[in-house]
Amino acid sequence: MAKAILQLGELTCPSCMTKIQKAVENQAGVSNVKVLFNAGKVRADFDESKTSADKLAQVITDLGYEVLKVKVKELA
Amino acid sequence: MTKLNVWITKHQNKITAAIAILIALSLLSNYVFKIGTAATIFMIVASILGAIPVALHAFSALQNKVISIELLVTIAVIGAFIIGEYEESAVVTFLFLFGNYLEQKTLEKTRSSVESLTKMAPTTAELVDEDGKTETVDVDDLDEGDHVLVKPGGQIPVDGKIIDGTGYMNEASITGESTPVKKGIGDKVFAGSLTDNGTITVETTSVGEDTTFGKIIELVEEAQDSQSPAARFIDKFATYYTPAVLIIGILVWAITQDFPLAITVLVLGCPGALVIGAPVSNVAGIGNGAKNGILMKGGNAVNSFSHVDTLVLDKTGTLTTGQMSVTDVDNFGDKKENLALLAAVEKTSDHPLGQAIVKYATDQSITETPELPELDTVKGQGLVGQKDDFKILVGNERLMKANDVKISAEQKQAINKRMNDGDSVVLMAVGQELKLVVGVNDQLRSDAREGLQALKDAGLKRIVMLTGDNKVAAQRVADRLPIDEVHAELLPEDKVTFVKKFQEQGSTVAFVGDGINDSPSLATADIGIGMGTGTDVAIETADIILVKSSFDALAHAYVLAKKTVANTKENIFIAVGTVALLLLGLIVGVIHMGSGMFVHEISILVVIFNAMRLIKNKPAKLDSNQVLKAAN
Repeated sequence: MAKAILQLGELTCPSCMTKIQKAVENQAGVSNVKVLFNAGKVRADFDESKTSADKLAQVITDLGYEVLKVKVKELA
Repeated sequence: MTKLNVWITKHQNKITAAIAILIALSLLSNYVFKIGTAATIFMIVASILGAIPVALHAFSALQNKVISIELLVTIAVIGAFIIGEYEESAVVTFLFLFGNYLEQKTLEKTRSSVESLTKMAPTTAELVDEDGKTETVDVDDLDEGDHVLVKPGGQIPVDGKIIDGTGYMNEASITGESTPVKKGIGDKVFAGSLTDNGTITVETTSVGEDTTFGKIIELVEEAQDSQSPAARFIDKFATYYTPAVLIIGILVWAITQDFPLAITVLVLGCPGALVIGAPVSNVAGIGNGAKNGILMKGGNAVNSFSHVDTLVLDKTGTLTTGQMSVTDVDNFGDKKENLALLAAVEKTSDHPLGQAIVKYATDQSITETPELPELDTVKGQGLVGQKDDFKILVGNERLMKANDVKISAEQKQAINKRMNDGDSVVLMAVGQELKLVVGVNDQLRSDAREGLQALKDAGLKRIVMLTGDNKVAAQRVADRLPIDEVHAELLPEDKVTFVKKFQEQGSTVAFVGDGINDSPSLATADIGIGMGTGTDVAIETADIILVKSSFDALAHAYVLAKKTVANTKENIFIAVGTVALLLLGLIVGVIHMGSGMFVHEISILVVIFNAMRLIKNKPAKLDSNQVLKAAN
């Protein structure tokens, strides 16, 4: 398992949050998704054998949101 | 599709501006140049241009099974377009997009306090390799054990231990204390603090989000999004509300066959201010706190704290600084000589009482202390030494009695007075004669009385002090403060029992402690408030963390929590009131699609501006004279 931290461009509508949350959650092997509206960040745990942080970033980009930075942290 | 989506999101503000120009051109053609066709064409172009970004958002939300506000607007705009109301459709999309823009700008303001905190986070570090060469790297690339170099005035990029050099550190971002602290080899340093002078090399222990500073930021970021019960309810409500509006719109159409009315319902039903009203108050309130060294863990903490009526405090380390200092000295003989001698004896001791005395002597500008031969420690009594022909005794009354030191009535009175005050008493005798009676005690925080009084003024009903200390010492502290109840000689588990008892009596209890030995009480109370430097334990157990260990901050936090909750209520009232007024306007027939959207956007701005009042809310500075009067 690893943790992805994605820094997005500014989020302005609270409804974007639900959208991003659901879209990321629907990916295989993803759990514990947190969309931080005010910080414009997405935190999610994911299974490296099923998906990747870049793939999650792509999902968010597809929704129409800019992904500025992707960080991955290994979880013990 | 994807690229278009991102491009539109990025350039939405430019599109909004273009629509504004088109609408202006259309109005000009219509009313100035009287060219109706041109006016209509401009409105059509504006409508299409405006509808695209809104529709794209609506579509991507729909793909994720979310019925969004954008969907309501899209349907309404397409509907207006179909029936040839190009002016309405253009105005609605413009107002919707322009409202988004204003929302974005004003939200930036409410978020600014946290952003300024995030910006203080280090981004690069000077990594030192085995050959001693340095290289600038991103902090994310650092690992535990890496050595980094920090130059004077530089920011410490990681949490770690100094392995080379010394310097003065400004740790305001972590401890709230802006007086620089001297640190040398072996001392811990924190990411985000600054070196005032001195070059140091630091061995990394943690990086980025794992550092104390990183945890503080993460905490505040999550707190701003963790909602109050009111906000959570509204969030749930909104997920059903939006589809419900869509269904109502369809029903209105089916029943009345009035298509314009149906699409107007869709626009009026947009839950704009309702969705943003409660969270925006929280963001502003929590942001204000963060800026003033108060970390509140989310809307829940704010909400519960505002309802607190009983404040339970720990004494040592909370009401007092936990540091010993000399309270009073009774001298018999040459004071300077006596103190110099006492300081010389105490210098050899690492006992907190001894250190307090040495500090006192230094403060009294006694710098030269006589040379002393080796001292013997008498367990539980004190120290015994020899100077010239005289025997020096430093310790408690038992030591004096055991060595047959004469104590006069006047001296006995002085000792009793210190003991009645709850002080620890240190006596010094030279050649069987008592020379000094020194009282040492834990220091009360300087703003404890003002802060507690401010809390009471803000509506707190009861302040209780719990302590493991003896009754005399406890009462002595309590007498100087606006404290209603004192319970002394308690074990940590007794404190929990008291907290539970107050809760059973129906009180909402906040417990203030230093976060280490008080964890059970912090967790049991309705609100646990960690006072003390940003230690990990405090960060994890407490609901509210006071980075600056001050009662001013505590009082400000309480007032802020109350104001934030009141602000949330105002915003919900404004939002619900707006929808009610709009519906009334619709029934009476004074509200149309364009004007409805206009009122909506206004209400969104009103709730944001209302919340922004919380950002400017400054901690109240009390006049100490005023407090004295209030206390007497």
